Amino acid sequence: MAPRGRAHCPGRTRMELRLSKVSHAYGGTEVLRDITLTIPEGRIVCIVGPSGCGKSTLLRMMGGLERPDAGEILQVGAPPEGCLNPLTYVFQDFALLPWRTVAGNISLALEDHRLGRTRQDEIIADVLARTGLSDFAGALPRQLSGGMKQRVAIARALAVNPAVMLLDEPLSALDAQTRELLMDDLIGLWTRAPFTAVYVTHNLAEAVRLGHAIVVLSRRPGAIREVVEIDEPLETRDMSHPDLAAKQQHLWQLMRDEARAADAELAHA
Amino acid sequence: MPETRPVPFRGGGFRPQTRRWVGLVVFAALIALAEWGTRTGWISNLTLPRPSDVLATFGELWESGLLFKHLGPSLSRLAVGAALGASVGISVGVLIGLFSYVRAGLVPLVAALFPIPKIALLPLFVIWFGIDEGSKYALIAFGTFTPTVVATYGAVDNVDRTLIRMGQSFGLGWWSIVRKIVLPGAMPGILSGLRVSLAIAIILLVAAEMLGAEYGIGAYILEAGSLYDLERLFAGVVILSVLGVAVSAAITQIEKRLLNWRN
Ligand SMILES: Nc1ncnc2c1ncn2[C@@H]1O[C@H](COP(=O)(O)OP(=O)(O)O)[C@@H](O)[C@H]1O
Ligand SMILES: [Mg+2]
Repeated sequence: MAPRGRAHCPGRTRMELRLSKVSHAYGGTEVLRDITLTIPEGRIVCIVGPSGCGKSTLLRMMGGLERPDAGEILQVGAPPEGCLNPLTYVFQDFALLPWRTVAGNISLALEDHRLGRTRQDEIIADVLARTGLSDFAGALPRQLSGGMKQRVAIARALAVNPAVMLLDEPLSALDAQTRELLMDDLIGLWTRAPFTAVYVTHNLAEAVRLGHAIVVLSRRPGAIREVVEIDEPLETRDMSHPDLAAKQQHLWQLMRDEARAADAELAHA
Repeated sequence: MPETRPVPFRGGGFRPQTRRWVGLVVFAALIALAEWGTRTGWISNLTLPRPSDVLATFGELWESGLLFKHLGPSLSRLAVGAALGASVGISVGVLIGLFSYVRAGLVPLVAALFPIPKIALLPLFVIWFGIDEGSKYALIAFGTFTPTVVATYGAVDNVDRTLIRMGQSFGLGWWSIVRKIVLPGAMPGILSGLRVSLAIAIILLVAAEMLGAEYGIGAYILEAGSLYDLERLFAGVVILSVLGVAVSAAITQIEKRLLNWRN
């Protein structure tokens, strides 16, 4: 299935996402303050921050599901060829249609594009193979474990060949072992065909494992406290390595005070 | 030795299971009681007809061919009226569920129409649609319409919004979202609403046939009633019950087919 390979082909147009001075408030509650950030092509940017700091809101804005009060979000460059939906989500609660099979859920994202039956079936077979779901094409979501459901959601996202994947705590509803397996899967997928992604999480271990850059947000109103870059390639990251442990420790220092203060605020509210 | 005993069980219950035969047993017991009571004279024949006599009446009805002469028109009225009312009701319900202006405009109207006993409007329908089939269709359709609307927009309101956001995030068109996400998601609620609506349709069918119908279960019952012919009256009532059970069973079948994704 060569035509879908989207690794760095020479001369190919690139697309990145640029946020400048994005601020937002719900009613009187300021949620995001002055976020300026670039999501470079082919990299995974993780966004971490205490619960309620506006991570999901920010992600909804990046995908055009919500408008910021101030600032702008720009799509720079053209999406890759064969891209059906440039900005594509993977949701925490999977968002699968319970009345459609695994293959049916993936075809939902393709049907409106009139690709023709064979092309559509090709794409579905390809993404099912890439996510290890080929044997489950005919299963209904209720027959699948949480990890399998999220794999289906990832397959559905891959099917539209997105320019940027927007993942909102995709592993938070899963148990620890499943989380490990899915992280390995994501790293495998990225290594074989690098994609651009914004990955929201409150789990620092996930961020250190998957992020090329980690954006730390302060408690509400969410503002960027620091951006931590990790140069170690994804496929060779060994979490016991002192550098990575130090990075995670540093992130935890940043997060701890914010999380504690945010916790106290929620208790008062 | 300290006191030792098993932990008392206090779970279970609150989980209806299929126990098909229980319903039949209750039916059979009641009929047997009536038969026994009327035979021994414990129940007077003026109070309740003897079940075996009702059965005999039913047999005559069958043999004379009158059964189908009455059942045919009734079924077609039910089908046309209920199909009209349910389809318009589902469409309007979906529109109310999707558009704020339609909701603001129609919900109070539906709330005002719902409690009106539709039978009271029969004379009006006769003037509007004529004494023939038209007024009967209209009465049944109108009676099915209101409960269907209410059930449908409630069901649309209950469709998981994250699924709709998901559809939007994949760039699905409005019509695709309605057809592939909203309607299937609302289907359980719509079908259980249909159960109620169709029972109401049967009630209204009889009411409509009591006015100016030569044939029809309603006309048959009315005639029997005015003659105090309890056997025939009960035969008619039994037909209605069987009709109700059949409609309900049909919906159960549709649910099994359409909602097999639920368990
Ligand atoms: N649609 C909304 N209307 C009003 N308030 C909202 C809405 N969505 C989120 N919020 C509020 O905005 C804040 C940030 O929410 P969210 O982006 O979900 O945080 P996070 O994903 O970081 O936990 C929270 O206080 C939340 O209550
Ligand atoms: Mg969130």
